[in-house]
Amino acid sequence: MNNAMRTMSAEAATVERYRGAVADSRFKRLWNANAPGYLFLLPWLLGFFGLTLGPALMSLYLSFTDFDMLRSPGWVGAANYVRIATADPKFASAMSVTLTYVMLAVPFKLAFALMVALALNRGIQGLPIYRAIFYLPSLLGASVAIAVLWRQLFAGDGLVNAALAQFGIQGPSWISHPNYSIYTLVALSVWQFGSPMIIFLAGLRQIPQDMYEAASLDGASKFRQFYKITLPLLTPVIFFNAVVQTIDAFKAFTPAFIISGGTGGPINSTLFYTLYLYQEAFGNFRMGYASALAWILVIIIAIFTAFSFLSSRYWVHYDD
Amino acid sequence: MTGIVTAPQPPSDVNKRSLPGSVLVHALLIGGSLLMLYPLLWMVSASVRPENEIFTSTSIFPSSIDFSSYLRGWVGLDVSFGRFFWNSLVISVLTVVGNVTACSLAAFAFARLRFAGRNFWFAIMLGTLMIPYHVTLIPQYVLFLNLGWVNTILPLVVPKFLASDAFFIFLMVQFFRGIPRELDEAAMMDGCSAWRIYWKIMLPLSLPVLATAAIFSFIWTWDDFFGPLIYLNDMNTYTIQLGLRTFVDSTSASDWGGLFAMSTLSLVPVFFFFLFFQRLLIEGIATTGMKR
Repeated sequence: MNNAMRTMSAEAATVERYRGAVADSRFKRLWNANAPGYLFLLPWLLGFFGLTLGPALMSLYLSFTDFDMLRSPGWVGAANYVRIATADPKFASAMSVTLTYVMLAVPFKLAFALMVALALNRGIQGLPIYRAIFYLPSLLGASVAIAVLWRQLFAGDGLVNAALAQFGIQGPSWISHPNYSIYTLVALSVWQFGSPMIIFLAGLRQIPQDMYEAASLDGASKFRQFYKITLPLLTPVIFFNAVVQTIDAFKAFTPAFIISGGTGGPINSTLFYTLYLYQEAFGNFRMGYASALAWILVIIIAIFTAFSFLSSRYWVHYDD
Repeated sequence: MTGIVTAPQPPSDVNKRSLPGSVLVHALLIGGSLLMLYPLLWMVSASVRPENEIFTSTSIFPSSIDFSSYLRGWVGLDVSFGRFFWNSLVISVLTVVGNVTACSLAAFAFARLRFAGRNFWFAIMLGTLMIPYHVTLIPQYVLFLNLGWVNTILPLVVPKFLASDAFFIFLMVQFFRGIPRELDEAAMMDGCSAWRIYWKIMLPLSLPVLATAAIFSFIWTWDDFFGPLIYLNDMNTYTIQLGLRTFVDSTSASDWGGLFAMSTLSLVPVFFFFLFFQRLLIEGIATTGMKR
């Protein structure tokens, strides 16, 4: 009896100790399994909470306030959004300038990129040199120097008009005329078709050569081959380029800022959305209003992207 | 040309052309190349042209070469362009270090380590790729202003050490996944710590992607105008892009030679990166769709 009891309590103690050890090792295991991952992720996690999630929530809050950096933000409800939608001619103007820019620059850019990529994809001699030359403007294009150069090229007494004069054409002062200024910016963007071109080239490489051989055996013309083979098989790449370029065009800033001297003029004709946002936030210190503008931009880009993805179902061919 | 296939073509010869056709394509491409390069060449030539000749000639060949514009331009405004170059260099180099370090750490965790919540955080990281910077711009500015960081390089550099360019994380994850798992599994068996695997195995094998990230980081930072425009207001802290813009505003219609000389100089680092790393840059774009 006594013996039995002693055995039992000893057993209980063992079990107890065992359980403790299990819990202990479970924690240790959990720690050992997860700590390295989170340690490696630490910088990104800090950045995500401190520089992305926190500020994004803050900006959403600020968009409902009249924050001006001097006084603490006061809640104004949806007033900013209402004013944007109904009583802000500059918003309407900036939106229309930006949409015009997107609708013109993106298709032309993609068309040039595709045309040059097709020309370069013919097993042509000197491909690396051509590719480099056509890509160079894309790489340099973001800098102030290029915007400055562009402003000079399209000035009233600039190079473009000097070239036109040789054909007897009297060109307008492109950058200081509200009817033309936007087109100089479109031209600048189209000039930088290099990176979509390189993506097109990579896409063209993926198309199996024997499809063309089979088609030409069947007597299909070059045009028909392009229309029936190249174009459909390239639609995923076209789609990708279109989405990337569109989002990028919505965010254009530097050229418009430099060419208009930060004003978006003449008569708001180059007032890009981001430039207007910058003016409101850092020129007029209407931080609350600018936050609302930023959120509207996000929503518009999201709608565009969603629409692209929905429409892609009808024209993008994925072979599977 | 159509219909007759006499011999199997080597795969690199896409659509063999007839001689006249190929001459035509070359002529078009050469014409196009000249059109692409003309503005750049004209700017370089304007920078070495005698001042009175800059706007009278559309030719890219100057009648005489004169480097005095460079000397005049370099002196700049109250602050010389040497200062602007130095500031840009410091910011760009620190950005490269920050991006490569922080992004490779995060990418290693996502690509190679197992931990609870990995997929969740990975999805979040991908999500941040879609957020335009405008959304975080104003609160970030307020934050850095309150920290007293405005007019220093900190707002431009510190975020990079927190892997704020998530795009590079994504790029590196893709690359790390292509490295055989057996390597780090074997090392793990031998008792290697995660840190040693990252440092001794993964990084040395990933030099191409690290170089790509470094080169693009440098070029984008060097070209960046918006960040410096917001955070740097003291001319002593200006980057080359801000310096150039100020130079434009203050010397308009007076010193075109100096302006084009400094514009040309500002492009030189990017141009040399392009020259030396062309293949890496082009592969980077072709495989990942990086742009700008």
